[in-house]
Amino acid sequence: MLLAVLSGFLLAIVTPALHRITGRYIGWTLAILPASLTAYFASLIPDIQANGSLMLEYAWLPGLGIDLNFLVDGLSLVFALLISGIGTFILIYAGSYLAGHNYLARFFVIMLSFMASMLGLVLSDNLITLFVFWELTSITSYLLIGFNHEDVEARKCALQGLFVTAAGGLTLMAGLILLAIMGDSYSLSEILSSDMALHEHAFYTAAVICILAGTFTKSAQVPFHFWLPNAMAAPTPVSAFLHSATMVKAGIYLMARLNPSLGEGELWGSALMLFGAATMVTGAYRAFSSTGIKNVLAYSTIMALGTLTMLIGVGTELALTAFICFLVAHSLYKGGLFMIAGALDHETGTKDITRMGGLRKAMPVTAAITCLAALSLAGLPPLFGFIAKELLFESLLDSPLWSAGLTTAAVAAAILIVGVAGLVAIKPFFGQVVNTPKSPHEAPFGMLVGPAVLSVTALVFGLAPFLPEGALLQSAAGSVKGVPVETYLALWHGVNLPLILSIGSLLLGLALLFRWSRLQPALYAINTYAARFGPEAGYFRFMEGITIVAAWQTRVLQNGVLGLYLLLLVAVTFGLTGYTLLSHHGFNLTLNLGDSHFYEWGIALLLVVAAIFACTTHSRLGSVASMGVLGFGVALTFILFSAPDLGITQLLVETLTVILLVLVLFKLPEFTNLSSPFERYRDLAVAVFAGGVMTLLILAALDIQYFESISSYYIENSAPLAYGRNIVNVILVDFRALDTLGEIFVLSLAALGVLSMIKLRAEDQHKL
Amino acid sequence: MKSNTLILHTAALFIMPLQLMFSVFLLFRGHDEPGGGFIGGLVASGAFVLYAFAFGARKTRSILRVAPRDLLAAGLLFAIASTIPAFLTGQPMLTAHWWELPLPGDNYLKLSTPLIFDIGVYAAVLGTIMTFVMNLMESDE
Repeated sequence: MLLAVLSGFLLAIVTPALHRITGRYIGWTLAILPASLTAYFASLIPDIQANGSLMLEYAWLPGLGIDLNFLVDGLSLVFALLISGIGTFILIYAGSYLAGHNYLARFFVIMLSFMASMLGLVLSDNLITLFVFWELTSITSYLLIGFNHEDVEARKCALQGLFVTAAGGLTLMAGLILLAIMGDSYSLSEILSSDMALHEHAFYTAAVICILAGTFTKSAQVPFHFWLPNAMAAPTPVSAFLHSATMVKAGIYLMARLNPSLGEGELWGSALMLFGAATMVTGAYRAFSSTGIKNVLAYSTIMALGTLTMLIGVGTELALTAFICFLVAHSLYKGGLFMIAGALDHETGTKDITRMGGLRKAMPVTAAITCLAALSLAGLPPLFGFIAKELLFESLLDSPLWSAGLTTAAVAAAILIVGVAGLVAIKPFFGQVVNTPKSPHEAPFGMLVGPAVLSVTALVFGLAPFLPEGALLQSAAGSVKGVPVETYLALWHGVNLPLILSIGSLLLGLALLFRWSRLQPALYAINTYAARFGPEAGYFRFMEGITIVAAWQTRVLQNGVLGLYLLLLVAVTFGLTGYTLLSHHGFNLTLNLGDSHFYEWGIALLLVVAAIFACTTHSRLGSVASMGVLGFGVALTFILFSAPDLGITQLLVETLTVILLVLVLFKLPEFTNLSSPFERYRDLAVAVFAGGVMTLLILAALDIQYFESISSYYIENSAPLAYGRNIVNVILVDFRALDTLGEIFVLSLAALGVLSMIKLRAEDQHKL
Repeated sequence: MKSNTLILHTAALFIMPLQLMFSVFLLFRGHDEPGGGFIGGLVASGAFVLYAFAFGARKTRSILRVAPRDLLAAGLLFAIASTIPAFLTGQPMLTAHWWELPLPGDNYLKLSTPLIFDIGVYAAVLGTIMTFVMNLMESDE
């Protein structure tokens, strides 16, 4: 199982080399992996049927309670099968669609990583691992959406997708941690199987809001739906994968996964129903009013995501059965339709539906497959989409809450979706032949095999619904419900209210379709007007706001005046330290000067005089020298108090500092006084304050002993444990070697920083 | 920057090798007496800086033989290499390992991963300071 999840990443590593060997068959070659994964996941089905769920454990970071445990049950297996199954065809399709592309290998590297992240996400049992995979899908999808990185628009859209989903990801992380606190475990299976009443916990509301913010952004629910149509900037294989089985389904998966634990609270159900229904109607309307074929499909995905969310919110057995069926049906037809859309674009040179027509003569196979998939989209028999839609109506009519409202919304969406299906299947292929930018001909085999297999699968599932039902759907619905569910899938339910609603929506949808050309200009005007107030406008305003705030704080804080940086750093650090010191310790200091020697006084006097001289002198060399005196004074103190290592180090560092300062001294400008008297007194005040706090701190440190000092441990164990008598060195290289390791890395970085600064300046001067 | 005084030239020629040897001495005795990689590295850089003041940056680079930033990288590599034995034996990172090599007579040479680590620190410190000094000096020339 571990291999199954990680194999995508492993194959991604060798993909560039593989590409060189296999050349144009790279898509077919790589598709072997998801195909065998599909077979592997399918082989787990009997186990799941028998045992309900399967747990595969691998320790990863046992110290932090983070394990790579995989939970396989009906729900995760349905998702895993969809991801690997559709992934197989996507890879074949991409090999053909992007044939000859310069960055083909790079594309497959990201695509395979994306697929593997998605598999990890749906199979993870640990909340933290799940979150890691969740973020990986965000990052890889960012790279995929922005794959045509030379296109400004694609970069912008990719960034938008990343911002929206990553912002959601952050709240999701907070939500998952709250969930783990509530359930007292980071393991999903433990949280799901515990009988704690999570909805009565004080954190319930906060956790639900955080988790939903994450899933809603990922699954493009209103008002975060705008990033999804923009993600169309990606190459078509990406869109097909993103919409059908991955990415946007991640949010749906998580909601379905957590439904048994969180679904008992009222907030969960009502939020899902409200947002789901709103998304469903918005998506359906926008799909119907778009003209680009990819946009039509993108908005119809939003409609489907809304429907799925709403069905989880309804939460009855029937609704969850409908959820699983709709999920599978949608993945099958949407994957196919997107690949068709890409093929149309590829062969005709346009994405605009209004500029296509009568293509069925040129592309008969494509036309047939499209019709099949569109029938499923419209929810017509005998395809699987029909069964899903009937179940949808039936469960909404049966909903314990808001039944009438939800049914109305669903019927409205269904009417529009019938129109959308017509737009996709009838408009381009039937009617008058329209001249397209490229003369159309049949798409290559690699681009048709995926849509064909997916559409035929939908047909088979529709004719024989007991096949998927018995194998998986029943146990998947059970995973979402939390208890086993009895399902009855059938193509023919007899004449009942859902059927009548279906027929009604079909007729109205067709009526709308025939008026589409006339309605289009009006819809376009409405959409343009609405866009000014929509959530996407809000997104842009928010991003502009961030830029303004960033510019403001750069102007105020990062203004390049080094003195100001130093002042702020010192003032803040010592202000906070001083506050803590006074509030915890007060002002009671004991200073015992009785046993001090005269030479100690001598050193102290030397230090004070050197410090005052360094501040007041007008010669730079003078101040460097007096700083050196200060350093040597400190070194003397170390030696007096028997810390020879520190003393030696201090001496050497001081020496080298003086040398370095002397090296740059000649390059510095004249020692001019740039600051006003006010600024000088302000600086003086801050400096005196910092020095005072430091002095108080050291004096207080003599008094306070919060913990038993660790030095006795080092003194006792240095020789027996670390075979060294020099405790300072033993601490540096053995007891706390990790700190030292970090320090030398910092040192090296500093050296590289200085190096680049000197070199860059030198180059600048060459240019001038 | 390069000085032409005879005294500095002569002194540097004598002092530098001694100081370098002293720095290695400090490095190796560091585990039991004052010294160690950090101090050793500082002393060694002092030696090279002295040489650089006397004979200039170019000559210093040629006796240093490797670029200072390679020294830096080598130091980090040594430090990382010292974590390998603990990694191979499945112990927490940077757990010390000791080996005693018998020498002629009744003596033993104590070898250990902390020593390798300390050599890494030595090289990293030397590399850092030489990077600073060499580049600052060369930006004049």
